[in-house]
Amino acid sequence: MSAEKSPELRELSYAEAIREAMDIALGSDPRVILMGEDIGVYGGAFQVTGDLVHKYGTDRVMDTPISELGGAGVAVGAALTGLRPIFEFQFSDFAALAMEQIVNQAAKVRFMLGGAVSVPLVMRFPAGSGTGAAAQHSQSIEAWLGHVPGLKVVQPSTPEDAKGMLLAALDDPDPVMIFEHKILYKMKGHVPEGRYTTPIGKAAVRREGKDVSIVATSLMVHKALSAADQLASEGIDCDVIDLRTVRPMDRETVLASVRKTGRLICVYEGVKTLGVGAEVSAMVAESDAFDFLDAPIVRLGGSESPIPYNPELEKAVVPQVPDILEAARNIAKGQI
Amino acid sequence: MSASDNKHNREDYLRMYRQMVRIRTFEDNANQLYLSAKMPGLTHMYSGEEAVAVGICEALTDSDRITSTHRGHGHCVAKGADFQAMFCELLGKEEGYCRGKGGSMHIADQSHGNLGANAIVGGSMGIATGSALRAKLQKSDDVTVCFFGDGATAQGLLYEVMNMAALWNLPVIYACENNGYSEYTATAEIAAGSITDRARAFGIEAFEVDGQDVLAVNELTRELTGRCRRGEGPFFIELQTYRYHGHHVGDINREYYRPKAEEKDWKESRDPIEKFTQWLTGEGIASTDELEAMKAEISDDAASAVDYALKAKYPETHEVDMHVFAD
Repeated sequence: MSAEKSPELRELSYAEAIREAMDIALGSDPRVILMGEDIGVYGGAFQVTGDLVHKYGTDRVMDTPISELGGAGVAVGAALTGLRPIFEFQFSDFAALAMEQIVNQAAKVRFMLGGAVSVPLVMRFPAGSGTGAAAQHSQSIEAWLGHVPGLKVVQPSTPEDAKGMLLAALDDPDPVMIFEHKILYKMKGHVPEGRYTTPIGKAAVRREGKDVSIVATSLMVHKALSAADQLASEGIDCDVIDLRTVRPMDRETVLASVRKTGRLICVYEGVKTLGVGAEVSAMVAESDAFDFLDAPIVRLGGSESPIPYNPELEKAVVPQVPDILEAARNIAKGQI
Repeated sequence: MSASDNKHNREDYLRMYRQMVRIRTFEDNANQLYLSAKMPGLTHMYSGEEAVAVGICEALTDSDRITSTHRGHGHCVAKGADFQAMFCELLGKEEGYCRGKGGSMHIADQSHGNLGANAIVGGSMGIATGSALRAKLQKSDDVTVCFFGDGATAQGLLYEVMNMAALWNLPVIYACENNGYSEYTATAEIAAGSITDRARAFGIEAFEVDGQDVLAVNELTRELTGRCRRGEGPFFIELQTYRYHGHHVGDINREYYRPKAEEKDWKESRDPIEKFTQWLTGEGIASTDELEAMKAEISDDAASAVDYALKAKYPETHEVDMHVFAD
């Protein structure tokens, strides 16, 4: 992050921060269990679970077969009847196999039963491109799940939030879907010790500026901050909002920023059309903040294609820092 | 039918009889509500399959859980639900089990351990298995029964969760109600090989039982719930049964997929309530008059519950935003 690092602040990687949250949860609440493919002795596909199985045993850190649908279903049933499962998908793309249980069961049971039950389920989805893993291991599908009433969908972008939002998700009585960008797993940052929560549904202003609002999610927050640093030297002062939660979206923080700057760029890795940026844009267009706009809204999202394998092509299908720079210069000059 | 110690178990037998008649009576009333356009949506009748739900649920306690299906009224009644809240739910009323939000296909009753009906064929198999995982991890001795039909055996979810249940020795009983038809298609056309052998392939002990014989179903289930409580689960039961109505209440002209003679034969020679009536009277456990009086009393109960539900109020429309989330 752009904040200056002070030496006494403890740093952890994003993956370590998640592990610490799970460790705290397992240690303090006997209802918490971890489920997922190869999360036991292997430690998880991205080594997020690490050695927790040795500390808590195989009843609490459960390796599941490669059965996303069944695993998700068992997690829903366990949550419905009193446990607090954290279910890890190896890659968020595999959620497609489990959509029935997530969308028709987890999201709807409370409603269908008139509020008689609760599904306090946490699901973790390693997401996003940049690893050369091609079309079936690189998608950003948060908008799919964000479209389902009954689910909360979050995208922490820092180690501190990754820990705090996971603990907040465990406190939540409803299903919370956490999208973790794979490129962020090794990113280090300050993580407070002990137990704390980062509220779900609240965006974070990562940088204050008066000229252009950049509303970004997940890894794109870091690209937006990097672009904002360069833009500052050109005299363009950006407000960078880390959306953090896709559903429920923090309307007030976004609208306040737009009222201040009069210019909005949405940056997100999911497919641009019908994506998170469409919702942010509509939210602004439907509000009084629309009257403050001095330029059309710009969306920078994933291209209308699957994620390709070739590294250069892979970079080309998601927004990069130069794309943000160009959009911000144009919007600031009124050239859009 | 066979059972020992007849007199001793008189109360149990009469309760089973009562529950079977309650299901049949509930369904007759629900069918009328639908046909007279007083009930929205669609509904699937359990009539003909009463011995399955009752034989199984009478072997369970209120702490034991079940998951149910789109054809779920029978499970709900058998697990202890009351007519009034059920009819209110079918009619979309505020006092229904789901405040009118679930209807026939999502009817549930947490107080008696009915986790809910499910309108996705096979959709509750994961929930039942997860409930059993919870029981094992929390060292609770309850058992979960997962009801589903022969049609649901074609869903992949069943095999994913049976694998996990077998690996982890979960206290769950998969109860396949084979009524011979997967919606509008004969089961023989959609199910290859043996259904029970599929469970056996996972090392799960599997049983076939006459689903029209309430005592046989009950005896087997009592044995298997006991074994589940001792950590010997999971188990699989295939129950041969028959649905008297079509797939749903609107499926009336169905000779193109199911012959009338077949329906007649099951109704006249294998009706579960009639079979049990003959046994109860033959064994001297109850007289015909007693059983008829019980039927009349249940019929009156149902009529007043329907009457109450028809007059009950609908939820306020602002409730549509409620129960999506806890807050």
